[in-house]
Amino acid sequence: MAKKKTSKKTTKKKTSKKVPVIKLGKKTVKRIVDKKRDAATVKKIETLTSSIVKKSLAQKEPTFEIPTRSVSNMKYNKKKRILEMGSNTQTRSLFNLGQSRKFMQSLLLAKGCKDLIAAEKTLSLRGMYYMGLHTIPGTKEKTFNDQGESDGILEDLEVSLDGLREELHIFAKKRGTMVGNITVVDNGDEINCRKMGSGGYAIPSICEPNVMQFKNCDADFILHVEKDTVWGRFNEDRFWETHNCILTEGSGQPPRGVRRMLHRMHKELKLPVYCLLDCDPWGHYIYSVIKQGSINLAFESERMAIPDAKFMGIRSKDYDRLDLSDDVKIELNDRDITRAKQIAAYPWFEGKREWQREIKMMLNNGFKMEVESLITKDISYVTEEYVPQRLKEGDFLD
Amino acid sequence: MPKTKTPSKKKTRSSATAETMAASQRDISVSEFFAKNRHLLGFDNPRKAMLTAIKEAVDNALDACEEGGILPHIYIRVLQINESRFKLTIRDNGPGIVRAQIENIFGKLLYGSKFHRLKMSRGQQGIGISAAGMYGLMTTGKPLIIISKIGKRKPAHEVVLKMDTSKNRPTVISDSEHPEDDALFEDGHGTQVTIELEGKYQKGRQSIDEYLEQTAIANPHARITYVTPTNETLEFPRAIEELPEEPKEIKPHPKGIELGTLIQMIERTEQRQLGGFLAKDFCRVGATKAREICKGAGMTGQTWIKTVGHAEAEKLYESIQKTRIIAPNTDCLVPIGSKALLAGLLKEVKAEFFAASTRPPNVYRGNPFQIEVAIGFGGGLGRDDSAKVLRFANRVPLLYSQSSCCSFKAVAETSWKNYGLTQPKNSIPSGPLVVMIHMVSVWVPFTSESKEAIADYDEIRKEMKLALQECGRKLGTYLRRRKRMARESERRSVFERYIGEISRCCNSIVGADTDKLYKALLKQAKQRTDEADAHLDDEGQVVDNGGSLGSDEGVIIVDELQDIPDQDDTLFGKTTKNKRKTTKKRTKKKTTSRRGKK
Repeated sequence: MAKKKTSKKTTKKKTSKKVPVIKLGKKTVKRIVDKKRDAATVKKIETLTSSIVKKSLAQKEPTFEIPTRSVSNMKYNKKKRILEMGSNTQTRSLFNLGQSRKFMQSLLLAKGCKDLIAAEKTLSLRGMYYMGLHTIPGTKEKTFNDQGESDGILEDLEVSLDGLREELHIFAKKRGTMVGNITVVDNGDEINCRKMGSGGYAIPSICEPNVMQFKNCDADFILHVEKDTVWGRFNEDRFWETHNCILTEGSGQPPRGVRRMLHRMHKELKLPVYCLLDCDPWGHYIYSVIKQGSINLAFESERMAIPDAKFMGIRSKDYDRLDLSDDVKIELNDRDITRAKQIAAYPWFEGKREWQREIKMMLNNGFKMEVESLITKDISYVTEEYVPQRLKEGDFLD
Repeated sequence: MPKTKTPSKKKTRSSATAETMAASQRDISVSEFFAKNRHLLGFDNPRKAMLTAIKEAVDNALDACEEGGILPHIYIRVLQINESRFKLTIRDNGPGIVRAQIENIFGKLLYGSKFHRLKMSRGQQGIGISAAGMYGLMTTGKPLIIISKIGKRKPAHEVVLKMDTSKNRPTVISDSEHPEDDALFEDGHGTQVTIELEGKYQKGRQSIDEYLEQTAIANPHARITYVTPTNETLEFPRAIEELPEEPKEIKPHPKGIELGTLIQMIERTEQRQLGGFLAKDFCRVGATKAREICKGAGMTGQTWIKTVGHAEAEKLYESIQKTRIIAPNTDCLVPIGSKALLAGLLKEVKAEFFAASTRPPNVYRGNPFQIEVAIGFGGGLGRDDSAKVLRFANRVPLLYSQSSCCSFKAVAETSWKNYGLTQPKNSIPSGPLVVMIHMVSVWVPFTSESKEAIADYDEIRKEMKLALQECGRKLGTYLRRRKRMARESERRSVFERYIGEISRCCNSIVGADTDKLYKALLKQAKQRTDEADAHLDDEGQVVDNGGSLGSDEGVIIVDELQDIPDQDDTLFGKTTKNKRKTTKKRTKKKTTSRRGKK
């Protein structure tokens, strides 16, 4: 569950340099407010609402458009090498039995966002759920049955208002950790990522320039691993110190905060990104999301995707190459096989021969492998042998 | 087989000679026979016996009133004397009975006006009421008391009767004029019967109460006053002020008789020549047809009846079967009619939907008959039980032997699933449904003398099913429409629920006028759902104001159901005065109906 953050942030696209206005208050509450952006967001909400009111009073069907968030409405931009959202929209209408409730929920959350902006505060997705939650007067029906319902509506609202979640003053549950040769300024606090102990620095869910700035970066590259167990191994072995890098982790599918952080460090500090992920369709897709952006958040790809990110491992050939024991094999189930074929067919994988070979080999092997499987060789095999070897050879999938 | 010796063992048996046997061979009177076999007449147990007694008396009373052209008012009183003894009093306002006939009608089995003619009536054999008196006499030793008055100026006669079962002859115990009893007969004429018998009073299924309620349904022109053993007075009011048409008497149809009957008719006829016999004693046979039949049998119309023996009769019978004779005329049938049927059902059944259909007349075994069906659905009817089937023959409710009755089989064979009801396999449908089936005929084929079930003739069952299907289709249309309305109102309520929220949000975001916006949206929501209300129904007709059913006069839809009290488990379980009142009120609502189409 997300926790409430003390900070206030707004975003501007990466071009903004002047925007960060850091007000370092006394010992009181530090707040960073971008009034201009907020006003623009409020304006969008009001425009949407006004059009609904106007239609209603004119006895026309109240509707609004939502860009479609699905594979069908998503294009792979070959030039930019990222996923982009198409122009298809769907109409949400009050007088459609299947959409009626969602229509009501959308307005409820729009109102919530407006109130939130007016109060200059931010809330988690969970918080938003509670903000919109009440029983409809005269009935036993609740406005939301669970958080899932409100999360979906918020994403709809984001795309239909063409405003980012951050602009709506909402953030997601925080996940992901980092450590390494860098110092960042987070909401005015200087954080030295070299001195984060065994726990590491928790990457906030909003890493926009007005909240987060980089300072003193000595690192040569970024190593992103799939989950915190592997990250713990690297951190304990002080890998970032010995190899002069930044070590990040996204607890599986990395949340927006982690992706935004990676994107910014890659773009602004010119650091290459290497991914160490499991050898299974899930791991492949994590790589795909980091590299091209996700289907659901295609409208944010530009701010998040890292088209130059490289896939380091685990490779399907590692079983033979490293002479791993049979015990590390995890059989592919039907779902894995379907998913792998699906991934291989994505346009951004389609033209890459090496990837096709990689996926085919995994399917031929009939098993998948986790990063942790390297522990069967030696506890620190992955930090002392595997990754250094790959870096030295420059043996990556692109 | 070896034919020689007779087995010696046989000798131990008492060997009766023809002479000794003859000594004990004698006449059996009908009354004796039925006294021993009283279950054949419906007197098997005290409870049923009491019901049968009332039933026979009421049937006779209604028949008498109708024949006399009088709107019937029947008064029934059941007085409990002790644990198992009851005194039944049944009084009508009919034309009365002339003094000389009283003992024959009430004291003799198989005596009556109805057996020898083919005319639609409730009673048929002339057994009923005398058998009831006989049963009373046998169980309590008390005689029948009959009081009858035949006109304003004539005194009321009181006759006390006993029956001599061995001779099938009545014995009059006392016979007196009773001017003081004139007050009993408001109209100046009528008959009252009092029977004391052993019985048992119980409410619920197959009770006197149920019988009377159903009688009221099938005889909406009758007023019935019933005083229960608990001294409550139940009034079944008249729903229509019109007597049914007088049924005509017809002669037998040649195809409807069997060889034995034919021989009997030949023996009894007053005609002297065959042609005359055929043309006069049968319906649908004229001189030409008679000649054709005679020719087919190798005889002529001039053949003397006296010369027609068994062999000739057999030839005649065969010839009749081969000859084409048009079906009997059917004006002898007087159905209740859709309008009256609905009025009766509406009065006694707390349903929300009623439909009725009257089939055109048809013929079984040469006997004309006609089927009517009415159904009641929903409302206060029991939801979980299986449907209730009310069976009637010539306006008489049939309460026993349901499952062996033709009508019950017809209900089970009809596929009710097509009309939106659930129906277990080979069974009657379940749900809040009452099915009423009425057969009118000059001769209703009962399975036994106690007149409990209609025999299963294919022609009859087919007609019943057709009538049921006709009603079922109307019900199906109604149910579909109701479902659609429910869907629409559900839709509307969804919209209405959210409109409030939306108005408040818009108010909060852009300061729109909550009330104004709410009203605008509500108006739209109503319009949109109204639009759907007017969509075409499954039959391609615009559903509006009752849809295709609204113009159907064989259908009644009761809109307001709020005032219907909760129903007991049994359909007619509780007959409180309260219920009477509510049903009465409801009859005033939309009763657009008419006699069924022919």
